[in-house]
Amino acid sequence: MNSSFKMKSLSDKIFIIIDYAILIFLFIIVAYPLLYVVMASVSAGPASMTLYLIPKRYSMAGYEAVFAYKDIWIGYANSLINMVLGTAVSLTMTMLCAYPLSRRDFKARNVVMTLCMITMYFSGGLIPTYLVIRDLGMLNTRLALILPGALSVYNMIVTRTYLMTSIPEDIWESAQIDGCGNLRYLLSMVLPLSKPILAVVGLFYAVGIWNSYFDAMIYVQAKRALYPLALVLREILVLDSNNMDQLDINTLLAMEERRNVMKYAVIVVSSVPVMIIYPFVQKFFVKGVMIGAVKG
Amino acid sequence: MNSLTKKNDKSFLLSLRREIRKNWSLYVMAAIPVAYLIIFKYLPMYGVQIAFRDYAPAKGITGSPWVGFKHFQKFISNYQFKQIVWNTIAISLYQLLTFPLPIVLAIFLNYVKKERFKKAVQMVSYAPHFISTVVMVGIIIQFLDARSGVVNALITAVGGEAKNFMAYPEYFRHIYVWTGVWQGIGYSSIIYIAALSGVSAELHEAAIIDGANIVKRIWHVDLPAIRPTIVIMLIMQCGSILSVGYEKIYLLQNSLNRNQSEIISTYVYKQGIAAALPQYSYSTAIGLFVAIVNVILLILVNQITKKLGETSLF
Repeated sequence: MNSSFKMKSLSDKIFIIIDYAILIFLFIIVAYPLLYVVMASVSAGPASMTLYLIPKRYSMAGYEAVFAYKDIWIGYANSLINMVLGTAVSLTMTMLCAYPLSRRDFKARNVVMTLCMITMYFSGGLIPTYLVIRDLGMLNTRLALILPGALSVYNMIVTRTYLMTSIPEDIWESAQIDGCGNLRYLLSMVLPLSKPILAVVGLFYAVGIWNSYFDAMIYVQAKRALYPLALVLREILVLDSNNMDQLDINTLLAMEERRNVMKYAVIVVSSVPVMIIYPFVQKFFVKGVMIGAVKG
Repeated sequence: MNSLTKKNDKSFLLSLRREIRKNWSLYVMAAIPVAYLIIFKYLPMYGVQIAFRDYAPAKGITGSPWVGFKHFQKFISNYQFKQIVWNTIAISLYQLLTFPLPIVLAIFLNYVKKERFKKAVQMVSYAPHFISTVVMVGIIIQFLDARSGVVNALITAVGGEAKNFMAYPEYFRHIYVWTGVWQGIGYSSIIYIAALSGVSAELHEAAIIDGANIVKRIWHVDLPAIRPTIVIMLIMQCGSILSVGYEKIYLLQNSLNRNQSEIISTYVYKQGIAAALPQYSYSTAIGLFVAIVNVILLILVNQITKKLGETSLF
């Protein structure tokens, strides 16, 4: 044992030093831009930002502009509604699929599982899916933002794996002897026991819906009232078209500065919901990835 | 012989009926997701046939005339074909080169003894994963701005020259791939961290007694232990070579960088949905072309890893 400690000394010490150095470097590389965004949003404009992350002049103009921008709040409300409804629908769908598939005595298990697995490798693609949504009359309705992605087969398999590995089969057997039917068993036994996995999968769905913009761009393009936040953000941040004439601005340069501050403010405002819950849910996401990894 | 199969059929039907009576509620439950899959996944697959037809909305899918491989030929003979396919492959392969980075991060984290430092690095490195694509692209555009961007401020601070990076096609791939690394390295490392935590401590102890230093232990103990995970992740990534993250690329595109940033998926979207006169059949054909190449690659890589005696997906 003693000799092994001696071995450790030189080459391992060098390794540990390099290890820490690289991780500190990574920490800075990731944290610096995030902090820069936050600090720039309360500065008087990028021109008054310093590289040390301390603005020369502070200003809340960015946030004022964001709060005055009506489209952002309509988008915010839409994204919240989509997130709540979508997550509820998705969780229901996931459970309705995962629970029967977790039951070893369910004869149609392999057929249903195959149906699910096929969709992981093959899909109709963008246009045929769009045409189906169009033919169902769902274009420019909220349904088009909730239903097409209602079931993620990956999440379903994660849930199923959890149900199969962490709910002992004896419970079902004894419940059956007591005359408990499938539905009651699901509602009063399985659901309470699967709270952890529902939290994980629910978060996967919720974050996915909150962040998505492409579906909305395709399906509700013609209806501004349904634009989720991400689509409004695209106009402001990427297309750079905003209704800035609402504000009185004197010079062109000052206008650009304000525009930039507003962009930073809108980045912060839109990321707040996810960032606030992030520290609390981080461990759930980690758990979800790990359960998923078990199945591969 | 005949009567035997009949008898078998009969008993099969009988047992099926008994099964359905016993588990009818399971069938009702499963029927809902199955209906969902049929409508939103299998109907579009059925609709893929318009790739071989001249689809006109008024005539419907089956009413439109067959045209064979016309649309595929049109795509292949398109003057942009080579450029678009090459852009897609180049971005994908470039991204594939960064595949080992999360593994490296996981290994480095694995040898950190200070729990709080480790937690802090993990916490911060996972955070960018939760930034949405639109906001991410917004940040990229803001940071790279020639006048107000922090990147150019840093460059001029060390004596360099400010540049409008988004206007140069040659920077496009680097921007796309490295911002992707920035956003994903932490989150992608989780799976390897999990795999590394499963490596038995006894193996490490034995290696230490044999005089192996950390580098040797990484090479001979850690990497072999997480090899199955690495292989699975690699196969999955190879299976999507032709379908890179179009959501982000579409947002990063501008008229100046288009000759490097136009990829198959963005082209499909533009031809099939965004165009004033959408070419449904043509863009479906391109989508199908991509899907087929992806499946072939997936199977190919899977077979290769199987031949090499590694883990495989199926």
